[in-house]
Amino acid sequence: MASLKSLKLRIGSVKSTQKITKAMKMVAAAKLRRAQSSAEAGRPYSTRLSETVNRLVSRVQVSDSSPRLIRGTGKDDTHLIVVVTSDRGLAGAFNTNIIRAVRKKAQELVAEGKTVLFYIVGRKGRPAIQRVAPKAIIGQYDTSHMKAPAFTDARAIAEDLVDRFQSSQFDVVHLAYSEFRSVLAQEPKIKQIFPVVGTPVAETDKAKAAPASVEYEPDEEAILAELLPRNFSVQLYHALLENAAGFYGSQMTAMDNATRNAGDMINRLSIQYNRQRQAAITTELVEIISGAEAL
Amino acid sequence: MADLHFELVTPEKLVRSDEVHMVVVPGSEGEFGVMAGHAPFMTTLKDGELKIYKTPGSGPETITVSGGFAEVGDQGLVVLAESANA
Repeated sequence: MASLKSLKLRIGSVKSTQKITKAMKMVAAAKLRRAQSSAEAGRPYSTRLSETVNRLVSRVQVSDSSPRLIRGTGKDDTHLIVVVTSDRGLAGAFNTNIIRAVRKKAQELVAEGKTVLFYIVGRKGRPAIQRVAPKAIIGQYDTSHMKAPAFTDARAIAEDLVDRFQSSQFDVVHLAYSEFRSVLAQEPKIKQIFPVVGTPVAETDKAKAAPASVEYEPDEEAILAELLPRNFSVQLYHALLENAAGFYGSQMTAMDNATRNAGDMINRLSIQYNRQRQAAITTELVEIISGAEAL
Repeated sequence: MADLHFELVTPEKLVRSDEVHMVVVPGSEGEFGVMAGHAPFMTTLKDGELKIYKTPGSGPETITVSGGFAEVGDQGLVVLAESANA
């Protein structure tokens, strides 16, 4: 049985751990609020842009002369998965969830006979992907220098990837990130970005709703060619923001649980400590009384 | 005449959402002014100044925008720019 002193030490150490987790929870909550508001602030832009892109895609006739981003490379042998993860841990199963979803998707693609490549955003994704597919990582973007995702970062990643796409390093691009549902729920999401897939149902609605006589300057295709890389940066930016918000949400929950667990542990240890103290006092009393009786 | 509904949006936030008299937009093929009831139109932008005339008589308020496009539809004018500085 542990001695009184060691029990006391343990209670002390659990208490300081609890202080740390509590502080981390509060920090995460504050950062979550900021991340959430910037995610919301970016929403009008991304919805407008994807509406416009959808409308344009439905209008443009895809031909051999169309830009590569529209018509694709004509194959779908090599798939790239852009994995967005966080830079730090201590956020429960946040990164594990997204990586599990990515691996599952990769396995499906491999089973179909495709080659799968990875591009990793954030620090935490790399080791996990490297373990399963050490040669398939074609690039990584380090986000640890920035406090909050900035649009310029998203643009840098997008430009890099568009260049690689143009030079036929891969045929299809998927984006995997955690969608921020609520503080308690982040859902891993994987969607295809290139070649562009319109949402057929919404498109026909839009085609009906949109006036037919829209004038385009320079012309639809030129606009679309400019719009698509931009749309990609915006979607990436959106993913980064959602990821940041999700990360802080997840960290907050994880730290809240840790704080509560530490509390439980302190209670348990205190009870044990008090019992032992009482037992020691009782033994001492018994000794004194029996000593006095013996006189 | 009714006012033009004008929105200026960047990836970071919705910069402006306003009823204005006229906006002059730096299109890639030349500047153009938009007032209420403009025909549906869409163009990419070149880096330049967006001039907003709040009322018919007032002087322009300028916002420097770069990279993006403008769309004129039934709902008014929507400018999506990558960056915007007043």
